[in-house]
Amino acid sequence: MKEGLSKELLAARAAREVRDGMYVNVGFGIPSLVPEYLAGKDIFLHTENGIIGMGPRAKKGAEDPDVINATKQPVTIVPGGSIVSQSDSFMVIRGGHLDMTFLGAFQVSEKGDLANWKVPGEDTIPGMGGAMDLAAGTKCIVVTMTHTDKDGAPKILKECTFPLTGRKCVSLIVTDLAVIRVTDKGLVLEETAPGFTAAEIQKVTGAELIVSPALKEISI
Amino acid sequence: MDKTVKSADEAVRDIGDGAVVMSAGFGLCGIPENLIRALVRKGVKDLTLIGNNLGSTDSADGQLYGIGLLARNGQIKKFIGSFPGPIAKLPWFRELYRSKKIELEIIPQGTLNERIRCAAAGLGGVYTPTGVGTPIEEGKEKRVLDGREYLLELPLRADFALVKAQKGDRAGNLVYRYSARNYNPVMAPAAGVTIAEVEELCETGSFDPDSVHTPGIFVTRIVKGEKYERRT
Repeated sequence: MKEGLSKELLAARAAREVRDGMYVNVGFGIPSLVPEYLAGKDIFLHTENGIIGMGPRAKKGAEDPDVINATKQPVTIVPGGSIVSQSDSFMVIRGGHLDMTFLGAFQVSEKGDLANWKVPGEDTIPGMGGAMDLAAGTKCIVVTMTHTDKDGAPKILKECTFPLTGRKCVSLIVTDLAVIRVTDKGLVLEETAPGFTAAEIQKVTGAELIVSPALKEISI
Repeated sequence: MDKTVKSADEAVRDIGDGAVVMSAGFGLCGIPENLIRALVRKGVKDLTLIGNNLGSTDSADGQLYGIGLLARNGQIKKFIGSFPGPIAKLPWFRELYRSKKIELEIIPQGTLNERIRCAAAGLGGVYTPTGVGTPIEEGKEKRVLDGREYLLELPLRADFALVKAQKGDRAGNLVYRYSARNYNPVMAPAAGVTIAEVEELCETGSFDPDSVHTPGIFVTRIVKGEKYERRT
């Protein structure tokens, strides 16, 4: 069986969406790999718990328990960084001050609905944390995820079957197999992983894809 | 004005059974750890706890700390927060939850903040776009404003707020350190009684007024914490 992009290459492709001058937030999972590929870009990373200008992970022995990211890892603060309260941090999020947010997902619908916090029927006690606020407030949400679930079932669907995090909030989907833009007309397949055809991508997608006339292979 | 008390035990003296308590912090960062331990020692029951997460585990020893200590001690009746965290995977907690000995109200993080801020600011509620079209909207008033849907969220007030700062003066002015600020300035003004614990207690007048993060008007009592574990 053919393989798509590794998580790292997927994150590297997603990172290409970031432009100089942006304020960017990254969620858990694959999104947390995105900052590794932002070196040299003139941007500030925001973290929900209150840092604007988050730097790389703290080096061993130099960790400061008062400087952590939203997954509780010790991080650093870049020159020009600032600290905000939770209230101001969610003003940043909900008030539309973030240019781009990378989020993982269980499911995305063809309208850009996002489901990423709760799996129905699973015996868990979930919490959405800041995900619903990010979904409600970010200018551009890029979902980074595997194209299908662990059983091979499509995660891009006509309608999400899992409880939603937000409605019509996703702008772009980057998976191990494709780059797909959410538009008013529907999902537009813009890029395919090396070795995959548009027809093969359609086969593992639960919603109709419009093939872009400028369809190309993903390059990093 | 001198708001200092001698110990964390004295600071929590009037927190009784059934009290509604806000506890600041994110994970184990910026938590009022001395006041939490004093509540554990006191053994008060049936608390409603408002916080981001229900305690968290230390990355070094994997043990539960923060307000999770109160949950493990069976002192919490209800938790209102946005992320239960690693406690949700612990068998004893799942049993408490399954047998309805602890109630959870899980809400979006930004909504949690705004509900607390409403109480602090004397507002009757707030319309937020967060949660529209999700299970969060159930039972809530929905209103279209300027073409967009919003949910009405109501104030979240507490009898007591427990906050932690790096430095404080005797009048209760507080200065936080880096991301340990998090919920502390949001919760301090939102309770009937606000108790601040600080790593460093300073004389009143030693802070530049421009550098104060939470003014003493929002703080009822201040105590120098006896011991800081500062876990992550």
